[in-house]
Amino acid sequence: MHDIHVSSITDAVKKLCMEANWNLEPDMLRAFDRALGTERSAAGKQVLQILKQNAELAKTKRIPYCQDTGFVVCFVELGQDVHVTGGGLCDAINEGVSQGYQEGYLRASIVKSPFDRVNTGDNTPAVIHVDVVAGAAMKIMVMAKGGGCENRSKYKMLTPAEGVAGVKDWVIECVRTAGPDACPPLILGVGVGGTFEKAAILSKKALLRELGSPNPDPMIDALEKELLDKANRLGIGPQGYGGDTTAFGIHILAYPCHITSLPVAVTIECHAHRHKEVTL
Amino acid sequence: MITGAADGIKDVTPPLSDADIESLKAGDRVRIIGVLYTARDAAHGRLFPLIEAGQPLPFDVRGQIIYYTGPSPARPGDIVGAIGPTTGSRMDKFTPALLNLGLKGTMGKGARSQAVKDALTQYKGVYFGAIGGAGAVLSQFIKKVEIVAYEDLGTEAIRRLEVENFPAIVINDCHGGDLYQEGMARYAR
Repeated sequence: MHDIHVSSITDAVKKLCMEANWNLEPDMLRAFDRALGTERSAAGKQVLQILKQNAELAKTKRIPYCQDTGFVVCFVELGQDVHVTGGGLCDAINEGVSQGYQEGYLRASIVKSPFDRVNTGDNTPAVIHVDVVAGAAMKIMVMAKGGGCENRSKYKMLTPAEGVAGVKDWVIECVRTAGPDACPPLILGVGVGGTFEKAAILSKKALLRELGSPNPDPMIDALEKELLDKANRLGIGPQGYGGDTTAFGIHILAYPCHITSLPVAVTIECHAHRHKEVTL
Repeated sequence: MITGAADGIKDVTPPLSDADIESLKAGDRVRIIGVLYTARDAAHGRLFPLIEAGQPLPFDVRGQIIYYTGPSPARPGDIVGAIGPTTGSRMDKFTPALLNLGLKGTMGKGARSQAVKDALTQYKGVYFGAIGGAGAVLSQFIKKVEIVAYEDLGTEAIRRLEVENFPAIVINDCHGGDLYQEGMARYAR
């Protein structure tokens, strides 16, 4: 049994929240450079250059990359031989979010009730997904999920008869309707299969894979590449000003599903793709 | 006032006149100099009942530009935190009424409704795009920030910004031009 005190969880989450908002991951920076090499549009190139500068400035000055410092989505892979001591796991995570957002000068963007819409003041609570896994380690993955792109995320229950062709059409339709609103270049997380909620959660988790890395399933890898090419032929471009770089990546996670069903959830993520992880 | 510069970028200094607005075309790159007012969802939600009741607004919108943004908190010693645009379409419901009162510009990111585009033509207005997600870079163009109204809304309060050479692009002009549609058509393959 591995004892983990809640204070180490809080400290870890606090640091992850701040670091995610200040430092884009290297795979994103490489994506900007790759796109600068292929983008035909002058306006699009200029946007990409400014976004690179933005990443640099955010890192050096510890200003958030985007003022929308996001809803904290926290994926926890909790080893079944871990014993959390000193309090509750979710309370510890939320305390880390609260400290990180206040001490890091990050924006509080969460309202307590979707109806009366009063801001909670410290960006809590997080959305927390816990998977219990084998082992004695706890992996915490934190994503600061922007609202503008989240608002363009979509879900569709396809029929088995619509098949792979239906999935392709739907994903491209999601890129088209997200258009300039979701701050392209985009990253798409696609959850296919499972139940209603399973597909949605998979679509979020799919975003966490390293950008540009191959999908471990060769069939799905080919599908991702085909969809990315199609998305980038739409012409939306960086910020929607027209261009070749509409999406940096399309990541698919699949799960077994019912004989009646073909659920497809698409989480739309903007270029402010902010996530960090730690293993305790 | 709008003036051209040798680099092809137009200098936009509010207040703006009908003639200023008519000179702007979708795709024009601009630098905004002077005053911007910030307002987003919650502030618009408070302005709208005032407009409907014919009551005065917390600031005179005539000739001005509203920037759709909710900045992150400033670090001690800084003027402001990150301050990029939010999605304009969430303010679609309120924009025609503000244009009718003499507002000349709005600035955000993302496409606007047909009703807003029609109102830009009818009342002579323009929709500027700022680069979404470039909040850190855009903070460097802000020289002064003061709260004008609704301080209780926190990041959503109405703020008066003084800006220097704030970079933007014309998305929708008053002649029906739309950079998003034109740009996409140009690069679709």
